[in-house]
Amino acid sequence: MDELDGNGAAGLLQEVFGATMTVAVATCASCGSATQLGESVLYAGGPGTVIRCRTCAGVLVVITGCGAGTAST
Amino acid sequence: MAGTAVPGRLSWEVATVTAVTPETPSVRTIGLDAPSWPGHRAGQHLDVRLTAEDGYSAERSYSIAGAADDPVAITVERLDDGEVSPYRTEDVRVGDQLEIRGPVGGYFAWEAADGGPLLLVAGGSGIVPLRAILRQHEHSGSDVPVKLLYSARTMSELIYRDELDGYQDGVETIYTLTREQPAGWAGYTRRVDRALLSETAGAAGKQPLAFVCGPTSFVETVAGGLVALGFEPDRVKTERFGGTGGP
Repeated sequence: MDELDGNGAAGLLQEVFGATMTVAVATCASCGSATQLGESVLYAGGPGTVIRCRTCAGVLVVITGCGAGTAST
Repeated sequence: MAGTAVPGRLSWEVATVTAVTPETPSVRTIGLDAPSWPGHRAGQHLDVRLTAEDGYSAERSYSIAGAADDPVAITVERLDDGEVSPYRTEDVRVGDQLEIRGPVGGYFAWEAADGGPLLLVAGGSGIVPLRAILRQHEHSGSDVPVKLLYSARTMSELIYRDELDGYQDGVETIYTLTREQPAGWAGYTRRVDRALLSETAGAAGKQPLAFVCGPTSFVETVAGGLVALGFEPDRVKTERFGGTGGP
């Protein structure tokens, strides 16, 4: 699966959060590094969309569509 | 379907194809008329949604190919393994309608107030958002120097070549053709690596603001190389795409 970056999920992130999220800074709960989501690692080819920390690969964002709508953690 | 645009809220709207311009044998630029389009910045994206007759739909994100004052357009490469692209590039015609939403993103955007000097590094169709930035630079009358380093496999795969060759004052364009070169080619012939970056991108004077776009491996090599050359990591903006158009 191609590893892209959070820019590739800009539309989905904006749909879920209602704001431009690729410039939002996410602080990784695993390693503490703070990075803009546009710079973070995107896995978009699976059943859901996963964005991981570029430093330690900790999960930052998971978005899954579920028919009636879309859920995120 | 198309709704009334609410500020801050993304809505799908139906856009009409107004122009299809061949760029290379496998790449086309598709001009779109989108009546509710709220405007964009150079380097932003839009999403395209295609719905098949059986109701299955696919969304794909494209870099917007023009400056803020250009009509909305995307440049699309035919990808043999792409779900949406084959349909786009082979079948889309003037007058067709498609659903779009945007602009989205903002991490990889540039406007004159962001300053420079600018170093733009493109691998394959990674040139698309960088071309938008070049046009923005030109249209806004920005006087910051620009250096473009563009890697493609062959001469015929260089997108926007005539336009890129036409930029003059303050814009330096450097090509490298990594697979096949025409007779008499005087440009670079190898992949962009740290050595080539140090020859071409050496930071003289003020620290450049770098935008790097291309396939993931290309972006990793270039971004890492620039940081190793002394670029500040937060002045190296990167965007990776999964296309097959290699550098």
